[in-house]
Amino acid sequence: MDAALLPNRFQSWFASRGWAARPHQLQLIDHLAQGHSTLLIAPTGAGKTLAGFLPSLVELDLRGKVKPGQAGGGVHTLYISPLKALAVDIARNLEAPVNEMGLPIKLETRTGDTPSHKRQRQKLNPPDILLTTPEQIALLLSDPISARLFASLKTVILDELHALVTSKRGDLLSLGLARLRRIAPKLRTIGLSATVAKPDDLRAYLVDQPDVNRRALSHVVEVSGGAMPEISILDSDQRLPWSGHSSRYAIGDIYELIKAHNVSLLFVNTRSQAEMVFQELWRINEDTLPIALHHGSLDVGQRRKVEAAMSSGALRAVVATSSLDMGIDWGDIDLVVNIGAPKGASRLAQRIGRANHRMDEPSKAVLIPSNRFEVLECQAALAASKRGDQDTPPLRKGALDVLAQHVMGLACAEPLDLTATFDEIRSSETYRYLDWETFERVVDFVATGGYALKSYDQYAKLKKGKDGLWRISHPKLAQQYRLNVGTIVEAPKLKVRLVRSKADGRRTPVGRGGRILGEIEEYFVDQMVPGDTFLFGGEVVRFEAIRENETYVSRAKTDNPMIPSYMGGKFPLSTYLADGVRAMLANPKSWKHLPIQVREWLEIQKAKSVLPARDGLLVETFPRSNKHYMVCYPFEGRLAHQTLGMLLTKRLERLGARPMGFVANDYALSVWGLGDLSLLFSSGRISLDALFEEDILGDDLDAWLADSSLMKRTFRNCAVIAGLIERRHPGQEKTGRQVTVSSDLIYDVLRMHEPDHILLKATWADAAEGLLDISRLGELLARVRGRITHSVLTRVSPLAVPILLEIGKEPVYGEAMDSLLEDAAEDLVQEAMA
Amino acid sequence: MNVLTSHLRKYETAPVCHDIQVNGQLVGLHDSGVLWWPEESLLVVADLHLEKGSSYARRGVMLPPYDTGATLEKLAGVMDAFDPARVICLGDSFHDADGSDRLPAPYRAMLTTLQLGREWIWVTGNHDPVAPVRLCGETVDEIAVGPLKFRHEPVEEIGTKGTAGEICGHLHPVARVRRFGRSIRRSCFITDGTRLVLPAFGALTGGLNVADRAYSTLFTRRQFSVFMLGNDRLYPFTASRLVGD
Repeated sequence: MDAALLPNRFQSWFASRGWAARPHQLQLIDHLAQGHSTLLIAPTGAGKTLAGFLPSLVELDLRGKVKPGQAGGGVHTLYISPLKALAVDIARNLEAPVNEMGLPIKLETRTGDTPSHKRQRQKLNPPDILLTTPEQIALLLSDPISARLFASLKTVILDELHALVTSKRGDLLSLGLARLRRIAPKLRTIGLSATVAKPDDLRAYLVDQPDVNRRALSHVVEVSGGAMPEISILDSDQRLPWSGHSSRYAIGDIYELIKAHNVSLLFVNTRSQAEMVFQELWRINEDTLPIALHHGSLDVGQRRKVEAAMSSGALRAVVATSSLDMGIDWGDIDLVVNIGAPKGASRLAQRIGRANHRMDEPSKAVLIPSNRFEVLECQAALAASKRGDQDTPPLRKGALDVLAQHVMGLACAEPLDLTATFDEIRSSETYRYLDWETFERVVDFVATGGYALKSYDQYAKLKKGKDGLWRISHPKLAQQYRLNVGTIVEAPKLKVRLVRSKADGRRTPVGRGGRILGEIEEYFVDQMVPGDTFLFGGEVVRFEAIRENETYVSRAKTDNPMIPSYMGGKFPLSTYLADGVRAMLANPKSWKHLPIQVREWLEIQKAKSVLPARDGLLVETFPRSNKHYMVCYPFEGRLAHQTLGMLLTKRLERLGARPMGFVANDYALSVWGLGDLSLLFSSGRISLDALFEEDILGDDLDAWLADSSLMKRTFRNCAVIAGLIERRHPGQEKTGRQVTVSSDLIYDVLRMHEPDHILLKATWADAAEGLLDISRLGELLARVRGRITHSVLTRVSPLAVPILLEIGKEPVYGEAMDSLLEDAAEDLVQEAMA
Repeated sequence: MNVLTSHLRKYETAPVCHDIQVNGQLVGLHDSGVLWWPEESLLVVADLHLEKGSSYARRGVMLPPYDTGATLEKLAGVMDAFDPARVICLGDSFHDADGSDRLPAPYRAMLTTLQLGREWIWVTGNHDPVAPVRLCGETVDEIAVGPLKFRHEPVEEIGTKGTAGEICGHLHPVARVRRFGRSIRRSCFITDGTRLVLPAFGALTGGLNVADRAYSTLFTRRQFSVFMLGNDRLYPFTASRLVGD
């Protein structure tokens, strides 16, 4: 590649640093100069961000300064990042080269934190480079000024594209891109991404899709991964737990690892795991090493402090959740410890990439499985990493609730021509499948709610004018839209305030003046009664009370929290790793890499029962303390297993097997009941093939969904995104709970009276991919058809132990709500009669 | 009217009520959320919030337009089952003061049919402080029958003479119980034996937990019971068994 692509000023800047422009950086300048949108795939530390900005810096240098209002002004380059912290961080890093080279470039950030006067000014006097988030793009595009603001837009840089496209934010952004392309047809896009399974998905995402039947792709520049990472699995002398997710057994080993390295980053999967590991480390921290905690629920000030300490090199280790997964530079980390299961090969690769920001040096990582199954999972992830395999999820189909939000936004910006808008939307990769009829229904939804009963026409939010264009019926609606923009609907959270305890003899906890420790999910608090203790912010606290939107806690005098805080892994096991685990289980020859304890466990399983086949499904049945258990091992992740458990329980109930409940984890599912399942299955009274028949996803699923709280939660999110329910804002008296109630009622009314409503359609699509993982369950049932092995046992098998141990720790499902009430009422009777 | 017949089928036999005493008077609570006083052939229903959907739609929030229909169909089922001579709607029968004016013709007809041959009393509420337009029935601020007083909002006093025998709505009481780590939240009746608050009957009406401080001016702490609405029965609990939201 020709270094002459770089103007002198740039060459000497590189030289002054003792650097040379890297080939991929020059390639990118070249592609952009020819007007090609380009995807840059590179591992961490490859100078990805600078590569993304260089073409714009060069162009802006050539263009020179433009006076406000003069032609050619307006935003030249948009940089869009999934995290506002990342946008701010990048802006800071970019200022160095811009100032050092004396480039005539104004660059600014715009996030939710930007003061409104500055945001206003940015619209009138925009910077050359604007660094922002997808939500801000949606906001700007709903403003009539957007056509002028972006008229001379040349480049859009999409950072961490692999992470953006997997969510509804990615849907919203793809629609925004389509609009930007219409405003500035010659627009080029640059996608910056980590290594992904299907680069073509991202390449298609970056460009205009004029032809429905042919996928257009952007150019691509790929930087091969630097040195192979050195990954190992912890080989502990301690006894490997059968179940649980605490990794407590390995705390001593982890501490030694921290001592042996300069700076370690300890990744865990959930907030509560982070709390637990942090507390356990400090319990044995005899050298008082500076070890900190970082997770999304902590108070922002607290988090900023940890981040600052980290980049200044004041810390030896940070225990973190995925809140630290992305982007931001954390200084010289020389070890990544992944505690618990990696859950996905690509996720692990990205986490490991946090270590050593120089790509020619190998990153070092240690995996800490927290139980026996996780050993298998870690092993599968290790093998994937060696092969360089990726398991990032495929590109999403654009969601209809996001589309509804976007349509409203467009209407706020300018009168809508439906045909042109439809074409514009279909030109985005994620919405290319959209058909006219669905689009019309979405528009109808935005206008009047989209109900078959047309009683709201007089109140319509969008009205068609005589010129055939659709306009918003009141300017107030644009205001309303701006308050509700975005696709992130947070689970309702409560502030956690430290107060003095009621246990000290006071009648009520003292609230005022207490320190805010952070925020906690409402569903977690919901399970607690005053006096329960749990871990938060690295200490054991005692739950006192809930007052309005605050949870009152006090310092507990104990080290052992009563509430087992693990709430299940956030991410289900990836399909790819699941297959790896099944393959390993089925093939005893591959066990030689496994720790001896795990090998023994599998050997005994082989002797006492059967090993699960790679493509089949093993079902074990056995009696245990007056109940009959069925355990199956699909390895399809917790969500799919929960759905399957719910459906199997319903079916078994109908078949007279009297099931009582079930429990699911990432690997297995267990259903228990009063009926003799071994006998029912082996006598043929209940056929296993029929039980696992794919038609279980039909009527049974429908029946269950009618009352599923998962479905209601999903509906609430869709309703907020689509603009049916208003988002709640800080300071408003409406609490999350009240929103939940009313959306539940809306859901019930809608299901009853208009089951085909577009919002229910969107909810269903969401649930199938998300919380219920129906798509994966469907694949599972298809895979195991005719390949079910039934193993009749007299007692629990080695493989079944982990899942049985989770009964009582994980929520148990299966009882109908009314029978719970009945039970509670019975208690009362006994109390009275005693 | 196939919806009506389905309700009829549900109540082929006389509906079973949970009998309690309020201010010395025996009345029945029904799992549909209505109060039934057999001696007076009097049925009481609270907080219908008819036309709540359209009320929101006027502000640009397009809630499903099926709430009025759903509420009236449920009410029709109850009417069929009890066949009362007298009906008291305990206020907030319409979600806003214009609600009765907006009532679509089919629903107006349906409501009129329900009123046929019955004495119908609209108690005013904070949402509907005026008499409904173009509808039959007498409008009052409150009404006393025997030892009971029917008004929309309870008086914020405990144990005074004026509050004894009060039958009210307004608060939309719900209660929550916890069991096996899960909790259940349902609409409920709440009473201390001298006064009674009815659950909201309307299809899109949310609720306020009885542990909320709004109730502390009405009932002595922990000195009350609730009757949670279940499928075909009520579930009674004393206050000590309940948890807040």
